[in-house]
Amino acid sequence: MPTVIGIENFLIVSGILFTLGVFGIFLNRRNVIIILMSIELILLSVSINLVAFSVYLHDLTGQVFSMFILTVAAAEAAIGLAILVVFNRNKSSIAVEDISALKG
Amino acid sequence: MIPFIAPDLMPAFPEISLAILALMLLMFGVSRKEEPFQAVSNLSIFALLAVGAMICRYCGETVTTFNGMFISDSFGGFMKMLVIAGSAVSILMAAKYAERQRIMRFEYPILILFATLGMLLMISANDLISLYMGLEMQSLPLYVLAAIQRDSIKSTEGGLKYFVLGALSSGMLLYGASLLYGYTGVTNFDKMATILAASAPLSLGVIVGMVMLISGLAFKISAVPFHMWTPDVYEGAPTSVTAFFAIAPKIAALALLTRVFMGPFGSMVAEWQQIVVVLAIASMVLGSVAAIGQTNIKRLLAYSSIGNMGYALVGLASASAEGVKAVMIFSAIYMVMTIGTFAIVLMMKQRERMLEEIADLSGLGVRQPMLALAMTVMMFSMAGIPPLAGFFGKLFVFQAAVAQGLYWLAVIGVITSVIAAYYYLRIIKVMYFEEAGDESLDPATDVRLNVLAGVSTVAMLLFIALPGPLLASADAAAKSIAIFKPK
Repeated sequence: MPTVIGIENFLIVSGILFTLGVFGIFLNRRNVIIILMSIELILLSVSINLVAFSVYLHDLTGQVFSMFILTVAAAEAAIGLAILVVFNRNKSSIAVEDISALKG
Repeated sequence: MIPFIAPDLMPAFPEISLAILALMLLMFGVSRKEEPFQAVSNLSIFALLAVGAMICRYCGETVTTFNGMFISDSFGGFMKMLVIAGSAVSILMAAKYAERQRIMRFEYPILILFATLGMLLMISANDLISLYMGLEMQSLPLYVLAAIQRDSIKSTEGGLKYFVLGALSSGMLLYGASLLYGYTGVTNFDKMATILAASAPLSLGVIVGMVMLISGLAFKISAVPFHMWTPDVYEGAPTSVTAFFAIAPKIAALALLTRVFMGPFGSMVAEWQQIVVVLAIASMVLGSVAAIGQTNIKRLLAYSSIGNMGYALVGLASASAEGVKAVMIFSAIYMVMTIGTFAIVLMMKQRERMLEEIADLSGLGVRQPMLALAMTVMMFSMAGIPPLAGFFGKLFVFQAAVAQGLYWLAVIGVITSVIAAYYYLRIIKVMYFEEAGDESLDPATDVRLNVLAGVSTVAMLLFIALPGPLLASADAAAKSIAIFKPK
């Protein structure tokens, strides 16, 4: 007999991942790479949400949406890393506390 | 098996053409031996003008295509014309500046074209998926543009900050979108509007999804409390890029917010109105108070744009056709004011070195009276002093709020614009009543910037005499989107 995993389990997992991602961005004091990883975490939590809803609703739109998100996430990571590389060339550091030339 | 029906491409024809033109320009640029910056810039402006003409041609009626994902209506047409004008002017403004700052790369105008394409898609989005794709299509080129001065710490740092916070905001928006999809079962705005109007009471998931979607969009228009990136990015990015940031993306994001509020959330006014009111008040207050201590003119303009977005949100908060119309008029006037101001800021240089401090303007009233006069008109207009256009922008917004009984919101708006007048007037005081040092600014020689500053000054002065065309087109466009049921 197959075990049925209710949709709320998926939503809880994705909620936890999303929260981890947001806290990863704000509480992280060390490294910009960790921020990039946190952003990926947020996007993946959204994908879990969409796919879970899609299966639950018997509707394909959610899965199509998550494919779009995966594609955009790849482009976003590429651009983020590129900006990080030029920043690193100027500052020779990618520590979060070194992002401090602009203040107000 | 569902038969495949080819979508009608005609409503999206301007966007498709812009995509093709931008790609062709990219290939043209790559194939040249010398840096083709000027040629690509000029061609990009022509491409934008051509697309603008196409939009004029198609914006009359409301049509949807791509299974209802893409909508073309007169509201979208109006906002698209603003965005296209803003982008074309930003490319025009950058021509001399890019040469001086050594950011003469042909990718610069092409990135602006791609960002503009994203904005057009945002304005036409009628589905959560097309909303997200348009938003990212707009944001990704903007991150690169902010960091385009690769050898400058400030520019790359601004780009990095913009990227991190922008990606976070997209994530929040997406999480909201996923909840909305889960609790309504659709992503299409029209279907969602019907489902949400029929469901009472609303489920918690829908409310949370809506709040997160609004937060994501509030990031893009830099409404408080999602404004942290704005001053840093505005200061860090090269000035011509800052001008683009201040003009076009704001208008596109406002249009998207309006469409979301009037469409899927049209029946949930009571839920979103309080959020928009809080965002508006916070933005207006912070925009006026935090700008007082600034010495860098780009930072000051960043806070000024935060405040201005607060006023635009007042119009949205009133949740009426009148409010939508006020937002459209306000965006048009805001765009012209911003163009004029940034054209003048781009002329602030000394011995071919760009200056950014407000104190550098001292003595301008004596040495370059015409430039000082243009800046004075812009600042008076931003402060909202009649009979300049800026006054009417605010007037319409507050009128719409008062008509819906939001008296205290209008009162707070008036008070904050009085506070904001302090720092606008301070710039005028610096220009006319402070002695310049030994050196003053170089004479303004760039014809393009002079013309832009001149035209926007005249537009600010003459709006009171000829408000008809703008009001009439905004009125017609607002009718195509506002679908409020009488309360």
